[in-house]
Amino acid sequence: MIEKLSPWLFTIGLFVIWEAACRIFHIDKFILPTPSETFAAMAQYWWPLTRHSLVTLWTTMAGFAIAVAFGIVLGLVVGWSRTIYRGLYPVMIGFNCIPKVAVVPILIMWFGIGEVPAILTAFLISFFPIVVNVATGLATMEPELEDVLRALGASKMDIMLKVGIPRTQPYLFGSLKVAITLAFVGTVVSETVGANAGLGYQIALAGSNFQMPLVFAALLLLAVEGIAMYAVFAYIEVHFTRWAFRSSMSAAA
Amino acid sequence: MSTSVDIGNVTLTYRGASGGVLALRGTSLNVRRGEFAAVVGPSGCGKSSLMKLVTGLVPPDSGDITIFGDKVRGPVKIAGMAFQNPNLLPWRKVIDNVLLPLEIVEPHRRRFRQHKAEYRDKSNALLKTVGLDGFGERYPWELSGGMQQRVSLCRALIHEPALLMLDEPFAALDAFTREELWCVLRDLWQKLAFTVILVTHDLREAAFLADNIHVMCARPGRIVMTKMVELPRPRDLDICYEPRFTDIVHELRGKIAEVRKA
Repeated sequence: MIEKLSPWLFTIGLFVIWEAACRIFHIDKFILPTPSETFAAMAQYWWPLTRHSLVTLWTTMAGFAIAVAFGIVLGLVVGWSRTIYRGLYPVMIGFNCIPKVAVVPILIMWFGIGEVPAILTAFLISFFPIVVNVATGLATMEPELEDVLRALGASKMDIMLKVGIPRTQPYLFGSLKVAITLAFVGTVVSETVGANAGLGYQIALAGSNFQMPLVFAALLLLAVEGIAMYAVFAYIEVHFTRWAFRSSMSAAA
Repeated sequence: MSTSVDIGNVTLTYRGASGGVLALRGTSLNVRRGEFAAVVGPSGCGKSSLMKLVTGLVPPDSGDITIFGDKVRGPVKIAGMAFQNPNLLPWRKVIDNVLLPLEIVEPHRRRFRQHKAEYRDKSNALLKTVGLDGFGERYPWELSGGMQQRVSLCRALIHEPALLMLDEPFAALDAFTREELWCVLRDLWQKLAFTVILVTHDLREAAFLADNIHVMCARPGRIVMTKMVELPRPRDLDICYEPRFTDIVHELRGKIAEVRKA
């Protein structure tokens, strides 16, 4: 019982400590607003916040959807052949090392201020863990199982369809939880640098107007969206790959 | 009797980063059709390499391998295999694991969709013969290690292969389960009359099951002795406690100790 309630208790506890600390130490609300001021701002600006939240949500999901499609395809290609794997890996590592905030100005120059740079940044930042996990799922296939199938005359395609792709599922769904939170980071970074809608834009705008409670209200909404999407994909993961949680073959290993 | 597997003077080298490793040198082995052959030897003597050669998964550097009169040039497409690890697919039910080879091997592959009910009946019958009646709809993780290994044997046999390759299939099981599965394998072999090559380091297992036992030595791997087991069939587990059985085990043991020292 207490275990089920504990996520709520801890969240409420955090807000209580935050509220108490601000009041006890008389922290100026232009530095750190209290939760009550933040929630008041949320109520006062509910319409713009809702609008910006929805923009951020859909751009994130659009970028994430592209990342999933692209990540699965590239992961399967990379896992298919050692030559492709070895050829692409340094390129992908290099690409992943570029901070995506540095790419946003380029995207804005190419596509203009708007939702496209946000979608593309979300995509660029979130596809990498999907590729790596799908490829790992294929690469860690038991060699003996491959021998069993090859001795039956199975083609490489047969082995992929019968074993490789089903076996990457837990790796894929595990990576989606990580990727969706990264996608939010990408969207907000892009919106903060240059956009005319979205929570990142709202935060930048409110910050320049010294509306700190509104900044924090937008931050809280970002956290809520992130938690909600994480929960959705955690549920999908358990639902679709129940076998991986039961069997000795651990996807995390 | 006709020959089913003939390995003639085969050499195999694995190319590694630090030069080649000679896995097998001048190995010859002959297995009759329907024979139960066992290969025993210390670990690292190339027993598993022998399996890969016979099934065509690895080509030899020199020498010829012939199976049922045909020279092996690539994966043989007919052999059933089972290993120490059952290697079942955890997302498939037991019965779907057993059916897997039929989705790959011709002519079953072509007929699979239309005749699925027939194949399921066949799988269930095979599961019944290994003592897994009614377990078809379970998932592998719900089964014990011994039961999983029985499923693995069924998967290796469902397409009625003429050749069954077993690589230490019972090594990870406890002593009682292992002896149970010896009997399961013995009964399957006597019923279905396929050729078996069993790789093992358990000398009692080899002596109980096999017609001929080939002793290998390591670095490079080659066959140093072939022992014919002339115990009458059908054999019962009690035979393991008779002097003529223990004599065979002693003789094999002595030979392996000798080649290990050399």
